[in-house]
Amino acid sequence: MNRLAKIYLGAVLLFLYLPILVMMAMAFNRSALYEMPFTFDLVWFKALMENERLLQASWNSVWIASINAVIATTLGTLAAYAFARYEFRLKRVLQLLLFPPITIPWLIIGTSMLIFFYWTGIGRGLHAILLGHVALSLPYVIVVVGARLRDMSVQLEEAAATLGATPQQAFRRVTLPILAPGVIAAALFAFAVSFDQFVISYFLAAPGTSTLPVEIFTAIRKGFTPEINAISTIIILVSMSLMLLVARNYKFGGER
Amino acid sequence: MSRVDVIGASKAYGALKALDNVSINFADGEFFGLLGPSGSGKTTLLRALAGFVDLDSGSISFDGERVESVPVHRRGIGMMFQSYALFPHLTVDENIAFGLDVRGAPKAEIEQRVQEMLALVRLPGLGGRKPKQLSGGQQQRVALARALITRPKVLLLDEPLGALDRRLRQEMQVELREIQRETGITAIFVTHDQEEALTLSDRIAIINDGRLMQTGKPQEVYEKPLTVFAAQFLGDSNIFRGSAVEGGLRLGDGTVIGTAGRCSGIAVVRPEKISVRADPETPRGNVLRGEVLQAVYTGASVTYRIRTAALGDVPLLAFAQNQSGELLAPGSKVVAAWDAGHTVPVEP
Repeated sequence: MNRLAKIYLGAVLLFLYLPILVMMAMAFNRSALYEMPFTFDLVWFKALMENERLLQASWNSVWIASINAVIATTLGTLAAYAFARYEFRLKRVLQLLLFPPITIPWLIIGTSMLIFFYWTGIGRGLHAILLGHVALSLPYVIVVVGARLRDMSVQLEEAAATLGATPQQAFRRVTLPILAPGVIAAALFAFAVSFDQFVISYFLAAPGTSTLPVEIFTAIRKGFTPEINAISTIIILVSMSLMLLVARNYKFGGER
Repeated sequence: MSRVDVIGASKAYGALKALDNVSINFADGEFFGLLGPSGSGKTTLLRALAGFVDLDSGSISFDGERVESVPVHRRGIGMMFQSYALFPHLTVDENIAFGLDVRGAPKAEIEQRVQEMLALVRLPGLGGRKPKQLSGGQQQRVALARALITRPKVLLLDEPLGALDRRLRQEMQVELREIQRETGITAIFVTHDQEEALTLSDRIAIINDGRLMQTGKPQEVYEKPLTVFAAQFLGDSNIFRGSAVEGGLRLGDGTVIGTAGRCSGIAVVRPEKISVRADPETPRGNVLRGEVLQAVYTGASVTYRIRTAALGDVPLLAFAQNQSGELLAPGSKVVAAWDAGHTVPVEP
């Protein structure tokens, strides 16, 4: 039974990671047509360095994802705090309204945003993409930070108040440090939601400027080149080391 | 160190009256126990003193100064929570220093005061640890040190020893009392544990349904309860109901018992005031004859439940000192006797 479970686990991991490993290997293969034998070469990385469009799109993606993470995490944390600590009218309704955006297909959200942004004059471009991403990642942040807040006793903030801390001091010196792992997890989430986002970015991108997923899609339609493998390899390595770094310093889940 | 006066405090949550026109004066340097069942309003009163609850009407003053509109962080109180509420991300030192730190006190002063506090609560040398690495009793002391470092006017304690096991609890009761005497601070604590209230308090108040039932020294309240509720909540009691006669009370079966003063129909007798004997000779004072239903041996004393004609279905409860080392077996015919002076008339 135990053996069977191990084989099963191995199969799942293989299924998940083999395609990625193959892609990463091909980034280092000289042949553009995936020909064997494997010949190690950095030719596709050199080509990537000269591909202005792809590099520009990568930068756009990193910037948008970073700014999105900052904005969505700040707004979302404050919203989660309000939901957890205050009573106000329509609180339940607002809480319920957080979830549909997670389940509504992106294609539909993207279309509605495109129409709305056109209609209001916001238009298309990186600013529109950022706006869309913030709206999209807010619910995730509120859910992640809210879960951590629910675990945190109100008495800690009350204790701070009895000791003379103003509400701002209590938030900065007690609430925020205790919430930090949740806030960081939420920021990563927001970064990932934005960085991965294709549909909405595709709809809201102005001609000439786009994000990496959109640029990759466009490139693939024109004809696949292993430069895509090269940029993907860089992204995978960076994001995995980021995750490991955070996982090392913060325990996710139950432990406090 | 302050006098605290609560006058006509009322607070309602919808139809529920958590506090109903409560007035209490807490004397300077007094250790005061607020006692009541859960939901009685005692915690609401404590939280109103702290500033977490806004009263609908009434006033609270510290040393004659009204504080109802002073926010929690400027009220100058110290508070201990049942869960201790130590900051998990800070060390013991940092936890204790918090109150001075947010006031922007100089580093040297903070350091010195933290050391003083650690010595006061007998925890020197543990300052570098995180709260998680401490035992329940140690966390308790850190919470106390943290609450006292700012030299608050009043120390509020919410079921301070509720989370400790029995032995540790008794030790901490003694220490809490000593530290309170050393600092001379006015301390007000909430508890549902009557023994704790009797041991710790200079005075106690019994609260029920948002109303103040009785205040006084523990001994006064225990020996002379004013109401059936106070008698039943604080300690064990036998309740006698009947019709008032000259100098006493006529019970259901016609027996007349003497009471301490005029009685309007209900009187209370504490079980330890009743002596239980098997010999047929009739003693002086109030006497009821009956049959032992149950005898529970607890070493130092014996608890008897006795069926009497006067009380009918409700057994008479008596705590007897175990002087002879022998038990009166269930079924024995016995005589229960007590002094009329221990038969306390109460209101319903």
